[in-house]
Amino acid sequence: MSKNNLATVFIWLIALLVSGVFFWLLSDIIVHGLAKLSWPFLVENPKNAGRSGGIGPIIVSTALILMVAMITATPLGLATAVLLSEFTQQDRVFGHLVRRSLDVLAGVPSIVFGLFGNAFFCIYLGLGFSILSGGLTLACMVLPILIRTVEEGLQATPNEYRLAAAALGMSRGAALFQVLLPAATPAIVAGLLLGIGRAGAETAALIFTSGYVDRMPGSLFDSGRALSVHIYDLSMNVAGGDASAFSSALVLIMLLVIINSLAMSLAKHWQHKSIIAL
Amino acid sequence: MKNLGVIFVVLLLVIGAVSGFLKSRTDGTKFEKLVLTGSSTVAPLAAEIGKRFESLHSNVRVDVQTGGSSRGVSDARAGLADIGMASRVLKDDEKDLLSFTIALDGISVILNKANPVESLNKQQIIDIYTGKIVNWKDVGGNDAPITVVNKAEGRSTLELFLHYFGLKNTDVKPQVVIGDNQQGIKTVVGNPDAIGYVSVGTAEYEASQGAAIKLLPLEGIAASVENVRNRSFPLSRPLNLVTHAEPTGIAKTFIEFASSPQVNDLIEAQYFVPVPR
Amino acid sequence: MSLSRADRQLVALLRGYALLAAAIVLLILLFLVKESWPILQHVALTRFITDTSWHPVQSLYQLTPMLSATLYSTLGAVLLATPLGIGSALFSRYYAPSFLAMVYRRLIELLAGIPSVVYGFWGLTTLAPLIGRLHPPGVSLLTGILILTLMILPTVALTVDAALSAVPIAYVRGAAALGLSRWGLISGVTMPAARSGIAAGILLAAGRAIGETMAVLMVAGNVVEQPHSLFDSVRTLTANIALEMAYATGDHRAALFVSGLALMSMVLVLVGLAEFFTKERRYV
Repeated sequence: MSKNNLATVFIWLIALLVSGVFFWLLSDIIVHGLAKLSWPFLVENPKNAGRSGGIGPIIVSTALILMVAMITATPLGLATAVLLSEFTQQDRVFGHLVRRSLDVLAGVPSIVFGLFGNAFFCIYLGLGFSILSGGLTLACMVLPILIRTVEEGLQATPNEYRLAAAALGMSRGAALFQVLLPAATPAIVAGLLLGIGRAGAETAALIFTSGYVDRMPGSLFDSGRALSVHIYDLSMNVAGGDASAFSSALVLIMLLVIINSLAMSLAKHWQHKSIIAL
Repeated sequence: MKNLGVIFVVLLLVIGAVSGFLKSRTDGTKFEKLVLTGSSTVAPLAAEIGKRFESLHSNVRVDVQTGGSSRGVSDARAGLADIGMASRVLKDDEKDLLSFTIALDGISVILNKANPVESLNKQQIIDIYTGKIVNWKDVGGNDAPITVVNKAEGRSTLELFLHYFGLKNTDVKPQVVIGDNQQGIKTVVGNPDAIGYVSVGTAEYEASQGAAIKLLPLEGIAASVENVRNRSFPLSRPLNLVTHAEPTGIAKTFIEFASSPQVNDLIEAQYFVPVPR
Repeated sequence: MSLSRADRQLVALLRGYALLAAAIVLLILLFLVKESWPILQHVALTRFITDTSWHPVQSLYQLTPMLSATLYSTLGAVLLATPLGIGSALFSRYYAPSFLAMVYRRLIELLAGIPSVVYGFWGLTTLAPLIGRLHPPGVSLLTGILILTLMILPTVALTVDAALSAVPIAYVRGAAALGLSRWGLISGVTMPAARSGIAAGILLAAGRAIGETMAVLMVAGNVVEQPHSLFDSVRTLTANIALEMAYATGDHRAALFVSGLALMSMVLVLVGLAEFFTKERRYV
């Protein structure tokens, strides 16, 4: 068998294995979670420690936490990625320092983020157990992922673009916003999606920062239970909470699918409007 | 990328609007906030009691956070929480604080349902947990190695278990260490040769729902919520609310409420035992 | 190439942001040191290796079995997830018909978003009993490695996919013009071109594996013992912190933060190694 055919078989096998395992996992969740899924489940308050009632306030808290996290992380992440990719020739040491510290940040355990977030955002900055604390902590977690992917995307754009922009007399900033960033859109979107996925899935960090309260949050300063924390509590702490845990997991997955699809279609929209025909 | 900026601003406005809307709906008068932190065992119960309390006192908000019994005690002492939750008695160096028991919780040794062994005496359990007996056939069961499930260090359940059997944690030779009750139950369900110990109420409930576990009697007394209630079951622990001084105001009202028969149904719904009053 | 004034302002702004991002990890390290300080004052660092076991309530603080557990589980997961993840990316980009590719990619994105609790839950209730039938107790290093692989696979797949998408189309067309086979194109042209992106993906995934807490807590068994086989129950440093933090006071609590520092040093070593192996390209 030629190397090419061998490779093809191998790759298809990998894809089959991976999708097989994941369908197994997903079907388990769907089968167990469908039972309680209903419109009332999505909007009502939790009752009886979450075993009956719904997850309305929890969905709202989760959405708010995710929004805070992404709104904080995106400008910071984009800026850092741009600096690392486009401007680090100016000072090698600085770029090097930033890059290394981000690599280390990517390896910080989620529980350490939780403890740090609690000490820094909740206590030191006085935000207390709140959606804001949770969102900001998650932003720290998501930052390295975002920066890495965007940086790679920018570095991979052909140098010709930059040279052409310079030849046209464009400032570096203009070249960046009009040409390079639009060209790197797929990478930016991939980074954002990975980040949102990671943030939505995070549990340990949120238990200590956005907290346990399952009431509908009145403001960003209120404590709000995230979906992942709710799932944890139901499956690990509350007797008889398994059924609701599965349904909540299903809702979280569906939420992420919706966010992903929205992000994808937004990205396509931008690419159509950009200068480059890609 | 001007579009990015526009979207950014729009998102900020949306968050602001949503927050404002939520705040206007939930914020009528000034709220008095009561903060409880501590044991994750007590937390679901405290949250349910809190909800009922809120329905009776419309200007009060009860916020329950987890973090562990020790956290609850230290937060109560430092004033970071109004009331601490602890799933154990106060230790000697915590005697400067006050505790109010609102419920009891028993601890039962559990086996997988498929295990033919029906009971174990105290010495057998000690030998199993210290690794002197390693095969079920030595206590009348199948020829299979025993999988000993122990709780993580520092947990109140562990300390109670060790105290009752006269063991130190260094004596115990486990094959699996678990954190919360549900993890213990799921581990025993998934392994036919496992032995573990969890809260009586939880185990009784799960068994009644068809989980593949059975509760072992201790010193001849069946492990049941009823036996914890009538105090005949030897292994039980209190669920406490902790304050650093005599409680006043809304904290006092809450503790009195939580200690009253008005919340017995809530306590039983969490598979704990109301304190006989 | 000198910068215009507007550009210099831009660079200053970017530097400010980047400094903020870099400062975060510094803050975290400082936090860990501050919380570890109480115990480091009267317990020598060597004791964290030479003590006979981990029983903090009795002042025994040996970390080595947990260090090994973290190391082995991360290594195992990265070894498994790298080929699977790269294979997945290659599949969706070069081998699958476009509809299938889209479905597959969506599937992987979905999996990046499943909470660690759900992975752990599934591992505990479905995977562990299966492995237990092979060799008790079921919750073990192997289960931990498998669940970690599942969790970091999407990270590898998605970052590699992003890196591959950034390979200039000219390369692909050039290879086609030269008559290269599909595998020849992949192994000879696109993968080398996307080399640093792939390395970045693997590094991210390894970081994720080291730092994963909830899922390993549920499936790896949590016994503090040096693992001698894949079926032994192990406790990683992260699971240790999660298990005991809630109930630890004083020295015990500080000891847990020391294990947090141990984790961070492992990450630093990992980053150092990665730096050794990857070459950074800089444009401009």
